[in-house]
Amino acid sequence: MNLENKPRVATVWLSGCSGCHMSFLDQDERLINIAAKVQFVYSPIMDVKVFPENVDVTLVEGAVANEEQLELLKQVRERTKILISLGDCAVTGNVTGLRNTVQNSVESTLKKAFIETADVNGQIPNEVPKILKQTVPLHEIVKVDYYIPGCPPSADTINYVLTELLAGRTPNMENRSKYG
Amino acid sequence: MKPIDLVKLAERDLDLRRSYKYRINVCCSSGCLPFGAEDVLKAFEQAIKEYGVEKDCKVARTGCVGTCSVGPAVVVEPGDYLYQSVTPENAREIVKEHIIKGTPIKSMLYRNESFFKKQRRLILRNAGKIDPYNIEDYIAMGGYSALMKCLTSMTPKAVIDEVMASGLRGRGGAGFLTGQKWTFVARASGNPKYIIANLDEGDPGVFANRTLAEADPHAIIEGMLIAAYAIGAEKGYIYIRAEYPLAITTLKKALDQANSLNLVGENILETSFNFSIDLRLGAGAFVAGEETAILASIEGQRATPRPRPPYPATSGLWGKPTLIQNVETLANIPIIINNGGAWFAGIGTPKCSGTKCFSLTGKINSPGLIEVPMGTTLREVVYEIGNGIPNNRKFKAVLVGGPSGGCLPEEQIDLPIDYESLTKVGAIMGSGGIVVIDDQSCMVDTAKFFTDFCVDESCGKCVPCRVGLTKIKEIFERIMRGEGRMEDMNLLEELGNYIREASLCGLGQTAPNPVLTTLRYFKNEYVEHISQKKCSAGKCFQKNEEG
Amino acid sequence: MGIGVIKLKINEQEVISREGDTILKAAKEHGITIPTLCDLDGLSNFGGCRLCLVEVKGSPKLFPACTTPVSNGMEVITDSERLKKYRKMAIELILSERIHVCSVCVANNNCELQDLANKLGVDHVNFKRDWNTHDLDTTHEFLVIDRNRCILCTRCIRVCDEVEGVHVLDLKNRGKDTEVIIDLDDQWGVSKICTSCRKCAKVCPVGAIYVEGQPISQTRDKKIAEFVLTRRQS
Repeated sequence: MNLENKPRVATVWLSGCSGCHMSFLDQDERLINIAAKVQFVYSPIMDVKVFPENVDVTLVEGAVANEEQLELLKQVRERTKILISLGDCAVTGNVTGLRNTVQNSVESTLKKAFIETADVNGQIPNEVPKILKQTVPLHEIVKVDYYIPGCPPSADTINYVLTELLAGRTPNMENRSKYG
Repeated sequence: MKPIDLVKLAERDLDLRRSYKYRINVCCSSGCLPFGAEDVLKAFEQAIKEYGVEKDCKVARTGCVGTCSVGPAVVVEPGDYLYQSVTPENAREIVKEHIIKGTPIKSMLYRNESFFKKQRRLILRNAGKIDPYNIEDYIAMGGYSALMKCLTSMTPKAVIDEVMASGLRGRGGAGFLTGQKWTFVARASGNPKYIIANLDEGDPGVFANRTLAEADPHAIIEGMLIAAYAIGAEKGYIYIRAEYPLAITTLKKALDQANSLNLVGENILETSFNFSIDLRLGAGAFVAGEETAILASIEGQRATPRPRPPYPATSGLWGKPTLIQNVETLANIPIIINNGGAWFAGIGTPKCSGTKCFSLTGKINSPGLIEVPMGTTLREVVYEIGNGIPNNRKFKAVLVGGPSGGCLPEEQIDLPIDYESLTKVGAIMGSGGIVVIDDQSCMVDTAKFFTDFCVDESCGKCVPCRVGLTKIKEIFERIMRGEGRMEDMNLLEELGNYIREASLCGLGQTAPNPVLTTLRYFKNEYVEHISQKKCSAGKCFQKNEEG
Repeated sequence: MGIGVIKLKINEQEVISREGDTILKAAKEHGITIPTLCDLDGLSNFGGCRLCLVEVKGSPKLFPACTTPVSNGMEVITDSERLKKYRKMAIELILSERIHVCSVCVANNNCELQDLANKLGVDHVNFKRDWNTHDLDTTHEFLVIDRNRCILCTRCIRVCDEVEGVHVLDLKNRGKDTEVIIDLDDQWGVSKICTSCRKCAKVCPVGAIYVEGQPISQTRDKKIAEFVLTRRQS
């Protein structure tokens, strides 16, 4: 098997529940077909620490909520030819964006998460990446090439988009853009 | 009152007017009042008493002559000597020198002679010449003679034919043929029929309709009466914005006087023609000037536009045929009847006959209210009537048509003002606002300013206008924060085109004009703002630099 | 209206309709779908969502199918590229106006806005979403209005006024600040004139008005207005 000529594919997990990755895996036996055609180079289900160079297609799940994710997304964009927003969080902000509705969302979110709901010794940690003023969808930060909405997107839609892209076609998202 | 009595009254009033050797007209309209016009009026009255020339000289309260930046304006007849920025002290001096000695005080006269040269005052024929509180002044100038002519010697159809022949087009902005509109309402089945005179002038920097109502209310009323006779209406409303208190007072007085002379009401001039007029005050929404929104407002509902068809001509107020005309259109009617449609058609351009009032504001030496024949060029307006840009600054653009007009660059300054020419370059006739912009202004900032206005004034009914304009505003805010992207120019254009084509009413359909025309003619400024986060005019990014 | 027969073409297809009917009605009767969010059979026309705009040959303008009457020889086009683009734009604008988060919405899978976005392929929204919150009123015994999800189609207002005949609901403010209100901007729980008939919840295209504790699929009844109207006439 010559890995050199196969498209290099990555998946990234930002602020999301991993449901989109679950849906990705729900492609079931179709994954075998895809796996035969591509080379997976980075994913939360692989043990690779650094996002590699020269990636052909990257699917990104989740919105951008903190500085670490912001940096990672920018890196992903630089190193990827085709960037796909996978799922409602990446496309709209979705549930992770709901904190944007709260006044002073940074302080109140941290307070809620680390103090009000803490069982013992509530404190806001310093070690975690700083959260951004607002949780935003990917295309507010970088250029996104394709979008697969859904919470999660169906395995069929994910499969369709990947199949079309691998065949060099542009996916038609009519009747394949169901949010929620 | 019989028609013959009106003739007698006119003769008597004209004789009275001619019996004075001098007439001092003191402008007491909204432009001059804040400068102390009332005190000046009193000072003149006192001065002529003191000098004992009451029999030779008449002091009159009048409406606007147009030179709004140099009020109080006073005109001395004969000769139409226009004194500017007159104080009560000056008043005595003018009486002493001009009235007693017969020598006008040259140093106090209005200096821009070209202001009036290119103008032709038909709509504003009586503005500044008659006392708007005195119906007899209007009658002396031939007022209500057109109505009498219609009632005594013309059939309704002949009246419509005359208006049709004049080629008069609606002055509210859209430029629909007035005669045709009248024909539609006349033919529409349904009773009663209504007439609405639209005086809901809400554009920032536009004051032509207000001035007309303050200076010559009876021209509007007479126009309405003739229209009512032509289309068979029995009830009329003048829809006026509540923010025009002086115009409201003036119209109220005028209606009372017309009523008492039986020029409005039942059996007008002892004919079988009945027509009553009521005032309706707007509650402050800009969109209420849109014709279907006026209908809703007069009916007591939220002033939101509704889709057309059905057009008001067939289904207007309470579902009845309704003629809605801008007051400026109506003020043209008496002169068309008196002088003939063919005469009127000879003024202006073949496709756009007559004259148009413009509120000339912005960076201009002689701002004010002007009236020019259709087809006059923007250059004539800016450089001859307006006397150019103050402080020798450079002309940059001219916004034609109010907050939803278009910003035209120097290349377009020789454009003749008519409906078609303006539409072709992305502007509109609109309410007749002309704002001159010099090189100290930023076009991105200007487009943002007028977008903000339209966002505030959108009624919220349709998606393109309500949400689309809000998004345009947000994109501007992003650009002003220095976070603009090059794609934003494309997005603004796409949104602008969508809002223009998809909106329900005229507000939305024209609201993107400032954005679209500045993108078309001043793209370099957008590029500068977005890519360099710089504003050459020095208007934007001020806060960022400080903070 | 008159009984005149009108012949027109919709998307090249010959269509026979009645004088006084709208393009939307003529299209619907011939199985041609034109998307709308504010129109509903049995209620007066509103013309606010602008999704049903169509092209008519010979005019550069766009016409709302819900309010434009058919006329003889008219050639209507309902699905040009321009119209598709504008419809997507309308959906994008509506989605970005308020807080439409399908995954946590009661109307998920029963929402006309969600369906249209899906159908038209609105796979993302090019405009920044406004996350500012709007008032939620849960004071009524079982009816809830969540204005964060309201698209201001006014179906609830029209059904309350025209079909139920009580006019509890109306609008306040203008432009982007427009909101649906109860009575004279009171809380729903204290409304003396609301008959609790649920018609507002039945016709809401999104998840803005719903019956607490009831699956939305059971609440919704988009035919209620037409049903009442037909019964009244017969």
